[in-house]
Amino acid sequence: MERFGASFLIAGIVTFLLGFFLQGIMPVLTLSSIPTQTIESVAETVTPQFETLASDYPEEFKRYFGEPDAASFAKALRIGRDAYIAEACWHCHSQFVRPVSNEDLRFGPVSTPEEYQNLMNLPHLFGTRRVGPDLIREAGRHSNDWHAAHLYKPTNVAPYSVMPEYPWFFDEHKRPNERGLALISYLQWLGSWVDEDAVASGGPK
Amino acid sequence: MQVAERPLVNLALVRWHLTASAIFMAVTMLAGLAYAFQFNQLYPFPGVEWLSPGRVRMVHTNMAAFGFIANAFIAGLLFAIPRLTRKPIFSDKLGWVIFGAWQLILVLTVVGQLAGYGQAIEWGETPIFVDPLVLVGLVLLVINMSVPIFQTEEPGLYVSLWYFLAAFAWTGLVYFMGNYLPQFWVPGTAGAAITGLYIHDLVGLFVTPLGWGLMYFFVPLLLRKPIWSHALSLIGFWGIAFFYPMQGVHHFLLSPIPMYAQYGAIVATIAVEIVVLTVIVNFFGTLHGRSEAVRGNLAVRWFYTGMVMYAITCFQCAFQVTLTFQQIIHFTDWVVGHAHMVMYGVFGFWIYGFFIELWPRVYNRPWVYPRLLTAHYWMTLLGLTLMVIDLTGAGLVQGFVWRGLSHWGDSVVFSMAFWWVRTFSGLLIIAGQVLFFFALWATARSPVRTPQAVPIGAVTEPV
Repeated sequence: MERFGASFLIAGIVTFLLGFFLQGIMPVLTLSSIPTQTIESVAETVTPQFETLASDYPEEFKRYFGEPDAASFAKALRIGRDAYIAEACWHCHSQFVRPVSNEDLRFGPVSTPEEYQNLMNLPHLFGTRRVGPDLIREAGRHSNDWHAAHLYKPTNVAPYSVMPEYPWFFDEHKRPNERGLALISYLQWLGSWVDEDAVASGGPK
Repeated sequence: MQVAERPLVNLALVRWHLTASAIFMAVTMLAGLAYAFQFNQLYPFPGVEWLSPGRVRMVHTNMAAFGFIANAFIAGLLFAIPRLTRKPIFSDKLGWVIFGAWQLILVLTVVGQLAGYGQAIEWGETPIFVDPLVLVGLVLLVINMSVPIFQTEEPGLYVSLWYFLAAFAWTGLVYFMGNYLPQFWVPGTAGAAITGLYIHDLVGLFVTPLGWGLMYFFVPLLLRKPIWSHALSLIGFWGIAFFYPMQGVHHFLLSPIPMYAQYGAIVATIAVEIVVLTVIVNFFGTLHGRSEAVRGNLAVRWFYTGMVMYAITCFQCAFQVTLTFQQIIHFTDWVVGHAHMVMYGVFGFWIYGFFIELWPRVYNRPWVYPRLLTAHYWMTLLGLTLMVIDLTGAGLVQGFVWRGLSHWGDSVVFSMAFWWVRTFSGLLIIAGQVLFFFALWATARSPVRTPQAVPIGAVTEPV
């Protein structure tokens, strides 16, 4: 029966490869014309919120990140993204705006592939569920302090919230620690590359 | 031959995989319950880093797939393949190595995720340092299981073995693709296409073929009649093998992924739902004339309940995959309800059928409390049905509230009642499992022994 057995193994491999080509390789090839940015080149544009963060929490910021420049921003983006992944934030917050369901009115401009073609999106964080709102247009929506209060205990700023609290992003004085500052920097980076006026006219949130 | 007295089926291995499956079922359900309480603002461990709800959710999904379902399916394979091929598995020692390695993988996964090393790949949250171990484990498993299939002297390969062999080819490839490409090589939108493919293939190319293969084995045995139509088996297998692997992008519809990939995924998805109907028709054709077995044999009842759920999910899926439905239901609890109906309502229910049939066999004792098993059936079925209806409704409310541009908080506040019902339905399911666990434990410890090997299909009392 060896001959027939092998045919099913081969069929499995062939059908897998066919599907992989159609649904995996072809999108990769289509999108391969977009250059991939490194985290360092992404961090060259330091967000105003990152600079504000340095004055909001001067002692802590100096201790963990030094001066708010491109190098420290890259470091903050890395740590912030790792914290976002470790807490699986992406299970309850998506990171793409769809062209339907009034999402451009709620969140801002519809997402394009170029926005994700950087190593901050390795792995991508498109997300799978929206218990909380989409975050890809989050930059500048809220102040750094709002983010700090919200991460410490979400019901402080939104009583209805079902988001978990994250006291381990804060030190014993309830001021954000390295991971806390980095996560705020990361959240304030999401969508910072989009025209601010377009985001400001984003409507209710 | 000096190995002549080696038994065909290594029942001890089946026993340990089944027991591990039951233990990880408890882990996944407790994690799910804790997570559900977060949505009632009543999380039992607030502010505890290692028990943060986001991390616990990863434990819930991963232990459902790799702990509960994978262990039970390995038990099923260990039982079915030697009986279908009349050859024992390649090596019993290797079987024990795989058993140990798999449980180690699961424990490392739980610890890694709770410690903050979860990977940002849906259904592949196993920490990066566990992934190589999983791949090695899968390759060993495939070797151990496929050798008897290639050695067999039986005149033809039965349908179950087609599904098993295809699944063996798919599993390692799928796991490698999903856990490595988007993590290390393919960033952004294209990475999302590959992740979508992985999410889908894990269900479609690992769980589904093994599940149907085991159905093709157990159902005719328990009903004591052959499968209704060989032609439909052929259409079902080749249709699934062809269409299932090419629909990954349907997990990211209306995303920045190129539209041709999205349309392709939608068409392939609707095609596979039609193909799957032929499989279901085949099994109900087989049941025709023996339908009293659904009443009299609890394993058969679990199998066919799962198949009804399968028909419902496939019907639902053919609609929810369209861009029309996606506008409203994507990102909502509708999808959560769908996932529970597939992973638990279909494959979980089939696994309960395996337990009913195999547990007395591997422990060599008859079921001591058959009435508890009946109660377990009804509580689980009611609980899951309630959960799916509730989450589907919640999803519609959320989707329309979002589209209506109400304040975001409205979608949360309006969901509160639904989330309470969800918690209640989960408690009902877990209460059923308490009875089930008691029955499992009492049977395993019972002083009454079955004198000889139990004939298949004879272990369940008429209920």
